[in-house]
This record gives sequence, structure tokens and C-alpha cells, in this order.
Amino acid sequence: MSLQASNRPTESEAQVDLLESFRALYRIRHFERLVKREFEQGNIPGFTHLYLGQEAVAVAACAHLDERDYLVSNHRGHGHALARGCDLVAIFAEILGRAGGLCKGKGGSMHLADAVRGFLGCNGIVGAGAPLAVGAALTAKRRGEGGVSVAFLGDGASNEGVVFESLNLAVVLRLPVVFLFENNQYGEATPARYAVGAESIAERAAGFGLKATRFDGTDYLTAHATLGEIIHYVRESGAPACVEADVVRFEGHYVGDSQRYRSKRDVAAAQAERDPVARLEQLILERGVGEADALAAVRAAVEKEVEGAYLTARRQPFPEPAELFRDIYATDVGGPILPRGRSLGQGEVVP
Amino acid sequence: MKSIREVINEVLHAEMARDEAIVVLGEDVAGGMTTEGAGGFGGAFGFYSGLYERFGSERVIDCPISEASFVGAAVGAAMTGLRPVIDLQFFDFMTVCYDQLANQMAKLRYMTGGQFKLPLVMISLVGAGLRAGAQHSQSLHPPVVALPGLKVVTAADAYDAKGLLSAAIRDDDPVIFLLHKTLLEEKAEVPEEDYQIPFGEARFLAEGDDVTVVATLAMRRKAEAACARLAAEAGIAADLIDPRTLSPLDVEAIAESVEVTGRLLIVDESTPCCGIAQEIASAVAQHCFEWLRAPIRVLSTPFTPVPFSPALEDLYLPTERQIENSVRALLADESASVLR
Repeated sequence: MSLQASNRPTESEAQVDLLESFRALYRIRHFERLVKREFEQGNIPGFTHLYLGQEAVAVAACAHLDERDYLVSNHRGHGHALARGCDLVAIFAEILGRAGGLCKGKGGSMHLADAVRGFLGCNGIVGAGAPLAVGAALTAKRRGEGGVSVAFLGDGASNEGVVFESLNLAVVLRLPVVFLFENNQYGEATPARYAVGAESIAERAAGFGLKATRFDGTDYLTAHATLGEIIHYVRESGAPACVEADVVRFEGHYVGDSQRYRSKRDVAAAQAERDPVARLEQLILERGVGEADALAAVRAAVEKEVEGAYLTARRQPFPEPAELFRDIYATDVGGPILPRGRSLGQGEVVP
Repeated sequence: MKSIREVINEVLHAEMARDEAIVVLGEDVAGGMTTEGAGGFGGAFGFYSGLYERFGSERVIDCPISEASFVGAAVGAAMTGLRPVIDLQFFDFMTVCYDQLANQMAKLRYMTGGQFKLPLVMISLVGAGLRAGAQHSQSLHPPVVALPGLKVVTAADAYDAKGLLSAAIRDDDPVIFLLHKTLLEEKAEVPEEDYQIPFGEARFLAEGDDVTVVATLAMRRKAEAACARLAAEAGIAADLIDPRTLSPLDVEAIAESVEVTGRLLIVDESTPCCGIAQEIASAVAQHCFEWLRAPIRVLSTPFTPVPFSPALEDLYLPTERQIENSVRALLADESASVLR
């Protein structure tokens, strides 16, 4: 099967709608602020990891993806789901464990997924998304429609054996995968400068025989241009590539992380100098694309949208008890088939 | 008469011709890639012979020795519409891709609220007897039987292998398809036509009212011989049951037999802790206690790694004689009759 020629040239800066991009970044920003607020108030169950500080990467990547493409995310995946256009209410409902969630409330914050958007899901196992993306790229290659798959990975995942295996497998089988490493400087509580033995993740990946590049992921236009070029290359060549985005994790590893391992001054400095949302705002003002009141209007509209979606999701019911036993298999059942009249615990909740 | 190895290869040829979505992923499933001899290996046990030549490198995909990546890739491919068949050579290697089995393959359908189907089959070999040492001889089916979301199939003869593999490939769920490495060349009568054996239906190899013997894989073959001798020499009539699919597991068939016989022996090659034999014993004890005339007996391997030395490996594996003796002892045991 041959790859069809793509008629989607890399967009130049002039074609980027900065105000709409700002809206997309700010939607993630406000979403995550709300999740933090509600989690701290005890309204959201489980574990949750925020994407604050990395918003530009997801939005820039998704700007270059279409319905042919697949995405695989990780534990810090709210921003990826939002950027891909997953339904805001359904994302909130999933994080809240409600019946109307993307995954009927069975996944949660770490397992958002949306099949119709080619979003194969966030994943709670660091690095596990890499081979899934390789497999999706195999499907895309067989379809022959120019589709690619993107694996969102972190600096922590970059050290996982299965990620090294996947880089190699993608090169050996020549599959259209983008390994997108968001280096937010920390794997849980350990700095990447300690845990990544090489000078950079991109440099190390290049040794596997991939095209690899690194960019400032806090600058939206840089992110947009670099990811556009890389995704275009993978789409046209059918070969894999690696890209490393330098970003800053504004918050702890999870909501509730006291971050005693990190200097408050460094965090404050990063938030002042390397905030992708503030930087894009500044650019919009400098270029005269919009005035301060236009930005304020976007912010107000997004906040209303996000807060409204959250309240809608909160009103949803929890899954009914029978959902415990659904979706384990597509056909038949597994597990023990017990004697007639003596079934216990299969398809029913023991009182 | 055909061997297990022959029918596996035939089913793969037939199914791949029938459905273009089927791809094979594994080490050496073609062999010799980049050389003039490409495709000349056909897998470590010949299951994939001729597939590369017939279906090409886009469907018969030789992977580097990196199980975690290609098993994970098969999961991703299954989620997006392909129907992968994975070759894992020895099931001992499940340990290097257990995240892909346990956290990905088994759970992604459930975690996503049923948004994805995962139609894939992993073919692999279990079992001792070939002096292959402790890392190529284990029977590690219990860790996958324990995972909701997976189906686990065993085939001890060519008839079962053909019908079960065909059903596995057509199934929309992930199936772990296990064969015993000492049985690959064993021949059996196999119908020419295409057929599928439904999952969750145990097979009765012999029928009798005296005792119920449940046995899997190579132990089933030994139990067949033992039960034939018991019938001929002592007139002991056994229900000999091969569950075939370990998940779903047909406890119902075993229970119906135990209701008649009141005596149960289970023979399986996995370790004596947390194994399939213990699972069956537990189910029967919980649900059929009042039917038992004697305590359930389990004949499994000892709680040791599989030894290499032929002298020790022969000691390690349950024998036909031990099965016979266990049946005789079970029949002589009246200790539970007071319950009746």
C-alpha cells in the first residue's frame, strides 16, 4: 500500500489563528485550575496529575492532526484529551466517575479515552503508550491514507525499556509514529537532569536512527512550527520521528504533592518566565492581533464554558451496579462457569 | 492423521486468506529478513511456515527480540482494527511483556467503557519434558487465567488445536493460546473441513461413573493412557475431562461429573500454589461439597523450579503411574462418606 500524498503543507506563522490558539490553551489552563480546586476540596476521587505549564504542546500537536490519526497519552493526559477535542462534559464526568464519562466512569483521570477521535487513551503505566502507538501506526500504514500516530510521553518514560524497544521497532518496521517527549524536568520527584543519562532525550533517540529534534514547548509558535514540520515529515515519509519539548511542570507530580524536593523560587521563576499561556497573550498584544479586552473576553467565555461543563458533569449519576460486570469481554464471558443454580459473584453483586 | 504443528500452520493459512485484517507479529515468524532466505524459517516451531511467501512482509512481520514492544504494538493494532496473531515462542517470556498482558491487553476494553475491541491471539508453548531448563519449561498459565479480560485456551491434540485456534482467531477478545511443547508432533484424526470449538465447553475423553479425572495439556495425554489401563486392568470407569479453555472454565461440566462419581482428581503441570488445579478444587469444594465421597486430590508438579537434569526432570513431572495410583487411592478413600 502506498501512502497518499498529503495536501496539507506546514502552516506558516501567518496562518496560525493566535486568538483561537489562545482559547485552546486557556481552556486547558482553566480546566486544570478547576480540577486542582475541586480535588483539594475533596470533590474529585482518586489520583490526578495536572498539565499546567505544558498546554502549548498538546494544542500545537493536535493542530496538525486529523481524523486519520491516532494519539496515545499518559497519566498527565487531560490536556491531550482537551486538545484533541474530546467532549468537555464527558471528560469531567469521567474524572468524577460518572455514568456519562468518556469511559462510563470506569477509567478515571489516568484513563481518558475516546475511540471515535482516535484517542487510544491515557495510560497509568509510564511508557506503556509507546508500543500502543507503534501498533496504531501499523494499522495506519496498512490503511494507506497517510495517517500517523502520536505517543505523548514524558522525560520519566524516556528511560523505560519498553520505550527504547518501541523506538527501535518503529525504525525497523518503518512506521509513522511521532514519539513526543514532553520534558517537564521531573519524573515524579526526580529531576530529568539526574535520571536521563544523555544530554537530551532527543539526542539519545537519534541514536536509534530516528529524525529527532528539541524545542521550547512554552512558546506556542515554536511548538506549532516544530510539531508541524515533524508531523508533516512522518506523514510524508512514513518513517518515525522523535521530538522533545522543553516545558515546565507548574505543579507537583500529582495534586497534593508538597514538592519539598523543588525550590519555590525556581517554580516561581518558571511560572513568571516560561508560562505558555502568558507568553501567547504577550505575543497577541505585541503583534496587535487582539487587544487586552479581546483576551479578557476569551478568558471569560472559556471560564464560563468550563465551569458550566463541570457543573453539568457533577449532576450526572454514578454508574449503575451492573456496570461492574460489563465491558470485560466483547463476546461471551471468561472466568469460571459455575454449576447451574449455584452461581455466585458472576454478573451479580454478593450482598 | 495430522500433528498439532501441521494444523496450526493450516489454520493460519486458511484464516489469513479469509481475513485481510489478520497479521502475524513475532520473532522469526519469517526468518532471514534482508537475506535471500527471507521467510525460510517460519517460526521457532514451524507454525508460520509459508505465510511470509504467501502474504508478504506487511502481514507476516518479523520483530526484533523485544517482546514488550511487539506485544504492546499488537494491542495498539488490535484497538485500531487489525487482528494480530502474536508468536511468543516460549510462554516463560510472558514475564518480559507482562505489563502488556496484564495492564494493557486485559484491561483496555474495560477501562475505556467498552469503546475498544481487542481481537488478538497470542500463541505460545508451555510445559516441561524437553530438558529445556527452568526458563523454557514452565507452565505459567495461572497468572493469565487470573486476569479478567483475557481468554486462555489449551489444546492437547490436533483436533482441539484446529477448532480452538480457528475460534480464537475469530473471537473479538484477546486469547492466550497455549500448546505443550512435547505434544507438537502428536498426530490425531482431524476433519478436513473448517470448524470452530466454542470456548467454555470441556471435552470428555472417556466416560465412567467411578471417578472424575480432570487433566490439561500433556497431563491429559498421560491421564488418557492411565485411564485406559485402569479400565482394562481393574474395570475402573473414569470420566476424563479436559477443560480445554481455562478461561472461561467449564466448572459446570466438572460438577455434573462429580455429582455422579463423588470423587475428583485434578492433574496439571503448573506449580502446586495458586494453580488451575487449585482453582477447580476450590470451585468444586465450594459448590459441590455434599456430593464428594472423598477429599479432592490434586496431582501437580512439586514446588520447585523445573530442573534441567533428565534424572530430576523425570522426577519432577507427574507420571502415568502416579495418575493410576492416585485414582486407586481416591477410590479406596471413604473418609468423606460419613458426610453423605
